Amino acid sequence: MITLALYYAFACFGLGLLITLWRVVFSPSIPDRILALDTMVVNVIALIVLFGMITGSGLYFEAALLFAMTGFVSSVAYAKFILRGDIIE
Amino acid sequence: MITEIIIAALLAIGGTFGLVGSYGLVKLPDLMTRLHAPTKASTLGVGGVLLASMADAALRQGTVSWHELLVTLFLFLTAPITANFIAKAHIARAMPREPLPPTGTARDWATLDLSDEPVMPQLTPPGRPGRPS
Amino acid sequence: MLRKLLPHPGLTLLLILTWLMLVNEFKWGSLVFGAMLGVALPLLTAPFWPDRPLIKNWLLAAEFVAIVLYDIAKSNITVALIVLFRPRAKLQPAWVTVPLDLQTPEAITVLAGTITMTPGTVTADISADGRALLVHCLDGADPDAVRDDIKARYESRLKRIFE
Repeated sequence: MITLALYYAFACFGLGLLITLWRVVFSPSIPDRILALDTMVVNVIALIVLFGMITGSGLYFEAALLFAMTGFVSSVAYAKFILRGDIIE
Repeated sequence: MITEIIIAALLAIGGTFGLVGSYGLVKLPDLMTRLHAPTKASTLGVGGVLLASMADAALRQGTVSWHELLVTLFLFLTAPITANFIAKAHIARAMPREPLPPTGTARDWATLDLSDEPVMPQLTPPGRPGRPS
Repeated sequence: MLRKLLPHPGLTLLLILTWLMLVNEFKWGSLVFGAMLGVALPLLTAPFWPDRPLIKNWLLAAEFVAIVLYDIAKSNITVALIVLFRPRAKLQPAWVTVPLDLQTPEAITVLAGTITMTPGTVTADISADGRALLVHCLDGADPDAVRDDIKARYESRLKRIFE
């Protein structure tokens, strides 16, 4: 049963990743693109954690944690660049 | 058995919310409404998956795995900040065309305020000008 | 002396806990290393931290966290239903101005984060003098009710926790 639920979650987040990718490519404005990229990172984190569950290895959490950190920092840096034209003031 | 059902349910809930969050990006009409979908649904989506992973580790190896809690906490703390920055970028780019409500105080919204005075909440003590009535 | 060595005891404790969670199992060696980090990092970053006690009432803070977690779960269901089943034309997004009674920047930050995480509302901006928040509602048929709800449910509690 867990395996079935795992595959369902894989399908959901994979589809979500495709939708956000579509949004990144065809986005109406730049803030929209940041939002799509940020959502993409969240989906990727979920996929990594699911993959870690299937393989039963704890190694993937480091990757998920790193994705969470770099995703946050890059989204904020991108938004800040648009806001001020400068990242570190 | 019950643990298995709980894990499967958490996975299903997490997957569904994650998909709805991404779908909201396409479905909702403008940026400010789109901002609502991923910041919420994705955090609960990933939160559900991480909780499931934690329960799974506890069931299979009999040890409590704390990494998931760390990732969840990190996502919950950072999601509002990212949303706020995207909203500010949107306001700075699009606001002359789209009117905002008045602040009800002496100064404009921080993103649109171009004066040299610092943006700082503590400067005005209660009862001084600049405080909303 | 102790005050000088540990300028922020809460931060030290948080760093030790975070390190232990990163290591993912309890070992005395990690505890020692975590304690070293917990002493070194606050000392190095002390100039960046406000030196006043932040949370006055821990019991109320725990209650606040529970309320917010419950609201996050509820908000997710509400927003998911709106995203899935409401046609575009029937959406009523609205801007709401929330005047603030809170004074300290930390309390205002927590309030803004809480608003973003809960039912259909996102904090977009703060007024330059820090006396009002700009909030965007996904379903803002009654903006005044949203504002009163935020003030009664979160702000009054935060005022008692922080001030």
